[in-house]
Order: sequence, then structure tokens, then C-alpha cells
Amino acid sequence: MIDIIQTYWLYFLVGQFPNGPLGGLALTVLLAALSLTLALPAGIALGLARVSPFRAIRWPITGLVYLVRGVPLLMVIFWAYFFLPTITGVKTEQFSTMLMALVAFNAVYLAEIVRAGIVGVARGQFESARALGLGWWRAMRWVVLPQALRSMLPSLVNQFASTIKDTSLGYIIGLTEVSFIAAQINTQVFTHATQVYLLLALTYFTLCYSLSRVAYVLEKRLNRRTAAPARVPLSIEPTTNPAA
Amino acid sequence: MIQFDNVNKWYGNYHALVDVSETIAQGEVVVVCGPSGSGKSTLIRTINRLEPIDSGTISLHGADIHARGVDVNQFRSHIGFVFQQFNLFPHLSVLQNCTLAPVALRGLKPAQARDKALALLERVGLAAKADAFPSELSGGQQQRVAIARALAMEPPVMLFDEPTSALDPEMVGEVLMVMRDLVRDGMTLVVVTHEMGFAREVAHRVLFMDQGRILERAEPHAFFNAPQHPRAKQFLADIRSPFARGD
Repeated sequence: MIDIIQTYWLYFLVGQFPNGPLGGLALTVLLAALSLTLALPAGIALGLARVSPFRAIRWPITGLVYLVRGVPLLMVIFWAYFFLPTITGVKTEQFSTMLMALVAFNAVYLAEIVRAGIVGVARGQFESARALGLGWWRAMRWVVLPQALRSMLPSLVNQFASTIKDTSLGYIIGLTEVSFIAAQINTQVFTHATQVYLLLALTYFTLCYSLSRVAYVLEKRLNRRTAAPARVPLSIEPTTNPAA
Repeated sequence: MIQFDNVNKWYGNYHALVDVSETIAQGEVVVVCGPSGSGKSTLIRTINRLEPIDSGTISLHGADIHARGVDVNQFRSHIGFVFQQFNLFPHLSVLQNCTLAPVALRGLKPAQARDKALALLERVGLAAKADAFPSELSGGQQQRVAIARALAMEPPVMLFDEPTSALDPEMVGEVLMVMRDLVRDGMTLVVVTHEMGFAREVAHRVLFMDQGRILERAEPHAFFNAPQHPRAKQFLADIRSPFARGD
């Protein structure tokens, strides 16, 4: 195993870079990071559209969500890679194809998480914001969404971890991300498949685990002040019973 | 100041407000009481359009609140509303709860809004809690902050929807005290409450509602000592029975 690492570590990390296109783990991290940063705002926008009071906004987006949610990610990637160029006439290269597919697919899943988060915020919160004179958008922006995002954090992290792992599907369209590189290494050393793919698994695990640690710390920090302190229930307070 | 003209409201087949007509004058303190389900909360919630109405008009200073195309946010920013469940924003500090709307809607500079909010918190006796979060306060304190939050918009009228009903009994007094203070300032108040002591002491007029109708309107003294309508007599007898909370 050590000799595999010694021989291929640089190839594993960056692919053929700088003598060729960037690949390997660096490309995976780049793809995942870009997907998440683009998919989150898109997901929030779609989630808001899902609860919009305007049917003209709500219905088409709801349809889109149902459609994309009903097909496998692999299909979305194939669409983006084979189908889209026939419409636009522009042949897209693998990285942007994969990025588009991941953003579209994840935005839809995030939209449902966002919607659930918004619906989960007590109705009185929205009402009291509106009663102060804040409009729909401001009430969402300043009162409902901040609370919703907090409660959504665990589900968001779940989806983010999925996204990181889904980048491996780039393999199928020849994107030289880390799974592709691992397969390349495997064909070169071809008697050590177990070690190569164990390393690959560890790599993904490390990425996802670090993400959940960051999220955990974030969650703790967000909850430090605003969570209700444990209040002593009246019944077990050491008071004398006035009825006795 | 606030005028109801033949207002009707339905929840499906349930007739929640039946031909309600009423005028509330500037500076008047009106207590709305009645059994649960009588429509008193619905009535007060229609004043700032938290509930839509099906027919009739409600106007504030002559302007129709429920008309199509009116800027409802503009109306609401001039009508303070205090909820039974306080509804403070839990992710914001007490001070931020009171500065959010004035900064967003009145264009106040953060420093101005802060000074004003602190003055209001002082008035409700909670200046020391400005940096606390709502979850760190008792129910009575939360409701006092909710009143300060509404006052921060300088509304000429305040609506209270059972402001003390969700409170432990020992906290009711502190909230009523703040409300008395508003009455002393000559503010227009519409209060839905079961606190008959409060009604008797500070209200200028009591409206008694049952089954979506205003059945009796009277000065507190007259209402409590000589109710006219049989249902009002029954209601007062019920709340005076030794096993119910009343005055």
C-alpha cells in the first residue's frame, strides 16, 4: 500500500496537472465546493418559490421539483451531457456539464429541505412579523428563514455529504475526478484493487466527516445563546403546596 | 378612528362575524369579552387584516383597510398588535426584536432605533434585559418585550389579543401594569381579555360578544352591575362562579 501511495500520490491529488488538466482529489473538492455554493442559494430560491403565495410561481416550480426528484442523478447527467448540446449546439466539457447536473439536482432536493424548514417555523412568527408591517419577503428574510435554516442544518449537511459523493458519477462521462483517477491507478497496478479502492473510500469518508464536524461546531455556536435554557418545571420546584 | 360597517366573516359554513358594526373613538379603551368561540379574537384580527373579511368594511381614520390594492403593510405598521403567545423572534436579542421593524420600515438609523428601543424597554421595566434572548425571559417579561416591540413603531392604536391568557397567574399583573400605563398616556386600545378586573378598572367601554355578534356595549360599571342581555348575564355569572377565574 505504501508503495502505491509513494508512486501515485501526486497523480491521485491533482491528476496530470500541471502537465495536463487538473484532476484527482483537487478536482473533486473543487466540483463539490462549487456545486454546494451554487446549489444552496438556488435551493433557497426554489424553496421560497414552493411556499410563494403566487400560483404562477408556485406551480411551475413544484412541477420542476417533482420532475427532477423522480429521475436518477445519472439520468440528469446524461441529459446534460448528451441531450443539452443537441439543443444549444454547444458541446460542453465534462466539468461544467457535471457542475450543472449537480447544481440542478441538488437545488431541487435542497428546495424541499428549505420548504420543510419554513413550514416548520411556528405560524405565529410569520404572523407577528407581518403584524409589524413587514412584507412577505422581509418577514421571510429576517424572521422565518433564519430560524428555518437553523433547524434545517442537519438535513442540509446530509444533502451536502451526498453531493460530495455524487461527484464520483463524473466518472461515467470521463471527468478525471478522484474516482476516475483511482480507476486509472487500479489499471496500472492492477493487482492491488483492494488497497486502491480502500484509499478512495477513506478519501471520501474524510471529506464527508470533516464537513459534518464543521456543521456540528456551527450548530453548537448557533444554539449557544438562543436555545431555551433548561427551566425547572413548576411541579418539582421546592415550594410549599398552598392547597395542603 | 376604527369603524366596522356590517362586517361578516365565514370560516367555511361557520358564521364567525355576523353584521358587526361598531365605532371605536380615538383615545378610547375598549375591552372585548365573551365566551370562547364568540368571535372576539377574529374581530380584533380583522382590524389589521390578519383575517380577511367576506363583506362589509373596516376603516382606520376613514381609509378602508380591506380594500383591494391598499398597502396592507403601511396600515399594519400603524397598528400595534400583541399576541397571546408573545411571538417574539427567538433568534434575535430583546433589543433586536424591538429595532427590526423600525429600521426596516421607518428608515431609522440603527443607533436611533437602539436608543428608542432602550427607552421603551425602560418603560416596560426591562432595559436590563436588552441583550438577553427571548428564551432567557419569563412569560411575563416576554409579553412586556412584545408590547415594547409593537410600541417601537409608534402606532396610534394598540390591539391586544388575550395578552395574559398564556401567562402563569403571578405574571399577569406585570403585563396589565404596562397596559395601564398606555391607557394613562391616552392611547387607543382594543383589548380582548378575560381579565374582568382590568376591564372594570381601565376600560371606557366593554363589548360583549357571542356567536359572532356584539350583543352588548356598555360602560364597565353598567355592564358588570346591570348586564342587559341574557347571555351577558349568564357569562358574568359563569366567570364569577368560585371555580372560574374572574374578578
